[in-house]
Amino acid sequence: MKALRNFFEKTKPHVQKGAKYHWLHSTHDAFFTLAFVQKDTSKSGTHVHDYIDLKRTMGMVVLALVPALLMGMYNIGYQHFGALGQLDTAGFFDLFLFGLLKVLPVIIVSYVVGLGIEFLFAQLRGHEVNEGFLVSGILIPMVMPINTPLWMIGVATAFAVIFGKEVFGGTGMNIWNPALIARAFLFFAYPAQMSGDSVWISASGIESMADGFTGATPMAQAVLGETNLDAWHAFIGLIPGSIGETSTLAILIGAAILIITGIGNWKIMLSTVLGGVFMGILLNIFAVNAYMEMPFWEHLIIGGFAFGAVFMATDPVSAAQTEKGKWIYGFLIGVLAILIRVVNPAYPEGMMLAILLMNTFAPLIDHYIIQGNIKRRLKRVQQSA
Amino acid sequence: MSDKEPLFSKKNLKLLSDPLNSSNPITVQVLGICSALAVTAQLKPSVVMSLSVMAVLAFANVIVSLLRNTIPNRIRIIVQLVVIAALVILVDQVLKAFVYDVSKQLSVFVGLIITNCIIMGRLEAFALGNKPWPSFLDGLGNAAGYGVILIIVGFVRELFGSGSIWGYKVIPASWYIENGGFYANNGMMILPPMALITVGVIIWVQRSRNRKLIED
Repeated sequence: MKALRNFFEKTKPHVQKGAKYHWLHSTHDAFFTLAFVQKDTSKSGTHVHDYIDLKRTMGMVVLALVPALLMGMYNIGYQHFGALGQLDTAGFFDLFLFGLLKVLPVIIVSYVVGLGIEFLFAQLRGHEVNEGFLVSGILIPMVMPINTPLWMIGVATAFAVIFGKEVFGGTGMNIWNPALIARAFLFFAYPAQMSGDSVWISASGIESMADGFTGATPMAQAVLGETNLDAWHAFIGLIPGSIGETSTLAILIGAAILIITGIGNWKIMLSTVLGGVFMGILLNIFAVNAYMEMPFWEHLIIGGFAFGAVFMATDPVSAAQTEKGKWIYGFLIGVLAILIRVVNPAYPEGMMLAILLMNTFAPLIDHYIIQGNIKRRLKRVQQSA
Repeated sequence: MSDKEPLFSKKNLKLLSDPLNSSNPITVQVLGICSALAVTAQLKPSVVMSLSVMAVLAFANVIVSLLRNTIPNRIRIIVQLVVIAALVILVDQVLKAFVYDVSKQLSVFVGLIITNCIIMGRLEAFALGNKPWPSFLDGLGNAAGYGVILIIVGFVRELFGSGSIWGYKVIPASWYIENGGFYANNGMMILPPMALITVGVIIWVQRSRNRKLIED
């Protein structure tokens, strides 16, 4: 570590203004601040800083994502060998290793493309490299079906970073969650490759599936009215689905990490779940088909609901900022997600669209909360005067 | 033309060239966006649409410019509309006669040239106050500025959305996933949102090259 620090310290003068390698200064800065907490103090304004800067915060989110990611890898192997009908013979490490080898290229593509564009923009514009992609880069693979071609993930990542983030001015300025932009881009651009029954299971080279095995996700089956879900499997994550979204258990561990460290907002998570439960019960009461009759709590453990509620809706940049606004924002995400799922069969997964829609409305919610607050306080002033 | 100004004086040439860049109807004045999004899914309709708008705008400009001293000010809008509508119907009939398939593809958007803000805008802003020849050039220039954007957007959208240019497949069939390859057409390119994003990228490129256009 010491040697690395020395290297950064030694090279620093070479990237100062006017020095030979000044054009590399944002790259140098990015790696230096990523590796070490800086000694620099403020030159003006606030002098007291939290030790946990944006990079450390992002690191914590990545840590919270790890359980879901590991479970996702295991599940990919589980689904693959399940499709082959070899679950009895394949051991734990066979399953996990298979999943790891499938997921790793996706993560590498996502990071290389995304960070490449981030560094390029930082160099061109002469500002610091934005940290935001540390999390987006791992979120993007986790919301993708495992069989998505790698070049599509590259294209979607590039689209998300450029049009979801950079055009608005980089990290902290974006209106929508970049990872969901990537997912939505693929969903609308390559619908044939992003839906159906074959994309969820890594089954390339499998000639004949085991008897009775379909690759359909519980969501797709529910749309068809087959709602005999194995709830325990769905909860621990052994169902077909996107890489990181299947295991509600692992996501709950991540949620605990986020809430304990104070990084994720529990109000948004809770209100999203409440919204989903509310809409689920409402649909149960007025049920006219099998999907509407599906018990409301099953909605919470299938598809991307839990993943979206914990990791996507709580994105501090695109969520509502006011405390009251967070309750409204989360609740409406839950309501809309279930509504889109059940009522519109063209979009089996409503979570992505619900969060993107509410991201759009978050500033509006905040605006009215703040205006309401101003009005109330003005009234108080007038009364006392 | 009493002062014997040459037909292609510097001032007149500017009328032609300015709309292509620094006062482009779509990317700078942000007019005519609706049709730019609607007809540009392929290159051929984009080109036909550009030519149609060019014909309508150039001749409407000339006719209104000729009439400009006789049109009562209070009813000038309705007179302009009559001129535009007559020209649009002519263009529509010509398209139906000679390029029926493209005319089918463009459907209502030929008729909707009447409501294209670029045309009303140029009539109001230029033809009502200038002589026929400069008005003609202004019409040509603005329609060309509109057309250039339409053609760029149409080219990009057809190439990535359908894998073809002018209806000819340019991406080898063996590349497609269905045939054992890896490639798939980008379905979003066919949808209007991507047209808007493409126009946005053009504006982005244009403004980063021509910094005078950036507002504070």
